[in-house]
Amino acid sequence: MEIIKTDVAIVGAGGAGLRAAIALAEADPKIRVALISKVYPMRSHTCAAEGGAAGVIKPDDSLDLHFNDTVGGGDWLSDQDAVEYFINEAPKELTQLEHWGCPWSREPDGSVAVRPFGGMKIKRTWYAADKSGFHILHTLFQTSLKYPSIQRFDEYYATDLLVEDGRCQGLTALEIRSGEMKQFQAGAVIIAAGGGGKMFPFTTNGNIKTGDGMALAYRAGTPLKDMEFVQYHPTGLPNNGILLTEGCRGEGGVLFNKDNRRYLQDYGMGPETPIGQPVLKTMELGPRDRLSQAFWHEQQKGNTVKTPWGDCVLLDMRHLGEKKIDERLPLVRDLCISYLGMDPVKEPIPIRPVVHYMMGGIHTDVQAATRLPGLFAAGECACVSINGANRLGSNSLTELLVFGRRAALSAIAHLQSNQVPSSDAALAAKAKASQNRIQALFDKSNGTESISGLRQEMMDTMEENVGIYRTGEGLAAACAKIAELRQRYANITLTDKTHVYNTDLMQALELGSMLDCAEAVTVGARDRKESRGAHQRLDFTARDDENLLKHSLAHYHPTEPPRIEYLDVVVTKSKPGVRDYSGAKK
Amino acid sequence: MSELQKRQIQLEVLRYNPETDTAPRYQTYSVPCLEEWVVLDALNYIKDHLDPTLSYRWSCHMAVCGSCGMMVNGEPKLACKAFIHEYKEGQIKVEPIANFPIERDLVTSVEDFITKLASVKPYLIPKEDKPVSAGEFKQTPAELKKFKQYTLCINCMLCYAACPQYALVPEFLGPAAISMAHRYNQDSRDGGRDQRQEVVASDEGVWECSFVGACSEVCPKHVDPAGALQQVKVASTIDWYKEHLMPWMKR
Repeated sequence: MEIIKTDVAIVGAGGAGLRAAIALAEADPKIRVALISKVYPMRSHTCAAEGGAAGVIKPDDSLDLHFNDTVGGGDWLSDQDAVEYFINEAPKELTQLEHWGCPWSREPDGSVAVRPFGGMKIKRTWYAADKSGFHILHTLFQTSLKYPSIQRFDEYYATDLLVEDGRCQGLTALEIRSGEMKQFQAGAVIIAAGGGGKMFPFTTNGNIKTGDGMALAYRAGTPLKDMEFVQYHPTGLPNNGILLTEGCRGEGGVLFNKDNRRYLQDYGMGPETPIGQPVLKTMELGPRDRLSQAFWHEQQKGNTVKTPWGDCVLLDMRHLGEKKIDERLPLVRDLCISYLGMDPVKEPIPIRPVVHYMMGGIHTDVQAATRLPGLFAAGECACVSINGANRLGSNSLTELLVFGRRAALSAIAHLQSNQVPSSDAALAAKAKASQNRIQALFDKSNGTESISGLRQEMMDTMEENVGIYRTGEGLAAACAKIAELRQRYANITLTDKTHVYNTDLMQALELGSMLDCAEAVTVGARDRKESRGAHQRLDFTARDDENLLKHSLAHYHPTEPPRIEYLDVVVTKSKPGVRDYSGAKK
Repeated sequence: MSELQKRQIQLEVLRYNPETDTAPRYQTYSVPCLEEWVVLDALNYIKDHLDPTLSYRWSCHMAVCGSCGMMVNGEPKLACKAFIHEYKEGQIKVEPIANFPIERDLVTSVEDFITKLASVKPYLIPKEDKPVSAGEFKQTPAELKKFKQYTLCINCMLCYAACPQYALVPEFLGPAAISMAHRYNQDSRDGGRDQRQEVVASDEGVWECSFVGACSEVCPKHVDPAGALQQVKVASTIDWYKEHLMPWMKR
């Protein structure tokens, strides 16, 4: 097996991975960086983020206000020391991106423009029309090409971390184009491999978002945190889950039920605001969890619109006019016309909530360090946690930058501790075990389970039982089902036993990642007997700060469900309070 | 809203596995497609229900990640934006993107494009040094508009598949890479044009373009690379005159 020696190996080359790589290259060109991703960097799902990135820059704003919005938006499950660090770093990171050429939209005077976003009391979301993530990703990727110390390994799939002497010292990865396993020996490893929304059938997430990075860390013994918190974005296209950015509502789009009622006023987000005059933190500018929950209630009451793709509500942007829509929301218009055959300039668009983002992930501290020395994580795959029980829109793009860089700085500090690597023989034995695990998939010929069949059963279970509202009974059924699927997974057979670009094998490995992550989600949700943010229980409807102002930590077991441990939330200056999105109360 | 229509489509897909095939071949699959589907949905149906050995790249399914460029009935298309309802005959031929070597099935090697993109220094080379603490560079909406269109390239390489010159002269830098150089050259914050010109105005650079314009026709993001190349040619010609006829003038 080929051995590639490097200083820092980064798994994932989206926003967080690229930001980490650039931070390493800028800190010291002698640090060798291996940037490993199962796709070419510009295919990473950061590209699909639309609305923007939050950071305090305007004179009417303050760090305290961004802090309060984020902590309240997260239903007080955020670690407040992490939020404070994040808020402080955010403007610097967004300005840094501007210096690297990101084409942010501008005010007439040439300064960077900001737009309103859900749950934010002040306009502070930097945007590049409605392709903000795309431009951030390409700016980072193109900037990364400046640095010869960043060596890319495009289309390499990370299979296992190499953990020896209690430290993470590298990983094994499959070169997809050859099917050959490679051993990466590294002084430090950063995981920045995104979320796992593909465990659900109806999601904004791309095909690649299968929780591989989370599973990589989890299987190596470092816990996943707060996995039960899954965000539904309130406005997805009903037929295929394509995201229509929160910027639609930020710019003034409104939501109607079948009776033409602005129904959000019936769920504590009113009073109704005049059309064309959006009020921050009110009505359509409430947070995502509340809006998605309001949809569910409207559906229960029979107030939704019947469409061939199921129950919907209507997103009306007509009053914005063609000029503004083309300037601020050109992608949204194109997506609606192309994929739904409907033009938002001319008609209201049917939408429904769609799985979008995982607040949970690899447990890290505010330095982006995991409990495993030498292993760091950043971006959606990580849980610091700044997002708590519900992420505010436009905080995650900024999070990629702030904690991508932070992970790089921590990795450098770890390198400077000059720990002696374990012997080549010891690491080779670990790498060989990983190779054997993959080879076993090729050798087995009597399996009875199909990859796509198991995946469908997993998605059906998640959709049915782990959605916007959950019950103890449903979650118990989901836990049993996922446990069963993990057992049956041992019985899959590859149809394709060749080596070059074997996507049958990739799908098998991705399914394994998703099942591991899905079990952490379901068990975490079953055991959290309260309602907080995106985790809503019909059998435990209140938030329980006395017992559950705590993070859940899921610890992996190869054949049993995870063990759940709880960890106190870091509260510094904001005591848990009432989340108020009513414009009536000032 | 009407019910969703279904139609049986014959997908003729190029297959090639270097381990088991001596040459590319075609395999036909009969797929029950919804009219609102795209070709990518049909490929996913094949992968999940008919033949797990078919390989292709895809991710976002919303025409922004640039993974799924391929030839659909001989035309360069994103599979996620090639709508079934546009193919009335019920027969669709799917082949890997033209002008790039096939790795396997619908997967091609994209290394040549990545190398060319990197060669034009596609990053901001600032006119003036400015620390982050000094805040953002000012850029008016009008200045942004000068280059915004060229930032929209998703690197899907459909323009290379359509380019007759790239097919003939593989050394040609090609539409997307030159457009990206132009994007930074036109950015009010940038001062790196001279550095990029070494590559862009070389023999394999912009002068190879025969201005057929096929690149702009197939571009799914309306970047108009042909327009960018034309502007680069004009600017490079002015450079040449300044250098050779008016050497006393600075660029």
